[in-house]
Amino acid sequence: MSMGLLRLLRGNKASAPVARERLQILLAHERGLRGQPDLLGVLREEILAVVSRHVTLDPTKVIVRLDRGDEVSTLEVDIEVPNDFERKRAAVG
Amino acid sequence: MAKVLVVTSGKGGVGKTTTTAALGAALAQRGDKVVVVDFDVGLRNLDLVMGAERRVVFDLINVVQGVAKLPQALIKDKRLENLWLLPASQTRDKDALTEEGVGKVIADLRSRFDWVICDSPAGIERGASMAMRFADEAVIVTNPEVSSVRDSDRIIGMLDSKTVRAEKGERVEKHILITRYDPSRAARGEMLTIEDILEILATPLLGIIPESQDVLRASNVGTPVTLSNAEGAPARAYIDAARRLCGDTVPMQVPTERKGFMDRLLRRRAA
Repeated sequence: MSMGLLRLLRGNKASAPVARERLQILLAHERGLRGQPDLLGVLREEILAVVSRHVTLDPTKVIVRLDRGDEVSTLEVDIEVPNDFERKRAAVG
Repeated sequence: MAKVLVVTSGKGGVGKTTTTAALGAALAQRGDKVVVVDFDVGLRNLDLVMGAERRVVFDLINVVQGVAKLPQALIKDKRLENLWLLPASQTRDKDALTEEGVGKVIADLRSRFDWVICDSPAGIERGASMAMRFADEAVIVTNPEVSSVRDSDRIIGMLDSKTVRAEKGERVEKHILITRYDPSRAARGEMLTIEDILEILATPLLGIIPESQDVLRASNVGTPVTLSNAEGAPARAYIDAARRLCGDTVPMQVPTERKGFMDRLLRRRAA
C-alpha cells in the first residue's frame, strides 16, 4: 500500500506546512524583541526603586510578570513586604 | 590568509562535532593546514570523535592560562598530515575561557594554520559566545525540525551582534548546513523542506547531509565520517561542503546511499 493511500486512510495531513507556519510567526515575533532592552527587567528595577523610598524591601521578593493574551496582556507585580514595616516607619516618623 | 570558522547551532545533538571533524578532515585532505578546536569545556567530545582521546595531555584552558605552550597542546592526526586537534578541558568549567586568553590563542593559531575550526558547545552561554567571538565565517548546523530552526535563528542574531567582526561593522559570513535530512520524508510533507528552512533563516546553504548510519559508525570507531567511508552519502556531502567553503562552485544535491548488490558486497568487505 502506498504511503499516500495510507495517509488518506488515517486522515493524516502533512505536518511540515504547520511547522513552517508556526516558525514564521514565532520568529517574526522573536526577531522584533531582539536587541531591545529587557522591558521586565527595567520595570522591576524602577518599581523597586520607587517602593524602596518608603519601605525597606528585599529585592529578591519583587516579582514582575507579563502574561500575553490575544486581546489584552496583564502585568502582574508581586511585592512581598515585611510585616513590621509600619511599626518601623512610625518609629522613624 | 587563515580563516577562523565556527561550527555552531544553539541546539545540542544536531551534529556540530561530527561536522567539525568531517569538514576539518575534508579540508586537510585538500592540502590545507587545519586545526579543529574544541570549545565545549567540561564536556569535550571532539577528541573522541577524532579518535585522539588517549593522546590528550594539555588542553585549550592550559594554553589560555599559560600553563602549556600551544605546540604542547596540539595533537597531530594519525591519518592526515595536515590535520591537528586542540582539545577542550574535561575538568574545568567554561568560566576559565577569558576573552583575552582565547583571543591570544586564536591569533597564534591563525599564524600557524589555514583553517581554525571552532567546535561550539550547545547553548548561548560563555562557551558558545567564545567559540564564535573571533570567527570570520560560521557554519550553522540545522536539523529539519522546529526547535533546531528556532535556535539557529537565535544564533544568527548573535553572530550578527556579538562577534568581533559584527562590533567592527563587518560581517561574519554565515552558511547553513542541514544535517539528518531525509528527502523521502520531506517529499511526503512530514519534514521541513530545504526551501522552507532557507526561506525562514534567510541564510545561504552550504550543504545537505542526509540521515545515514555512516555517521554513528564513524563516531563509534573515532574517525571523521569523510575518512571512514569516503564513498558514503554523508562523506560526499561533507566533501562537497568543504569545496564550497574554499570557493568552488559545486552543484547542490542530496547524495543518496548506493544500494546496488555489488556496492553492498564491497561495503561489507571494506568495513
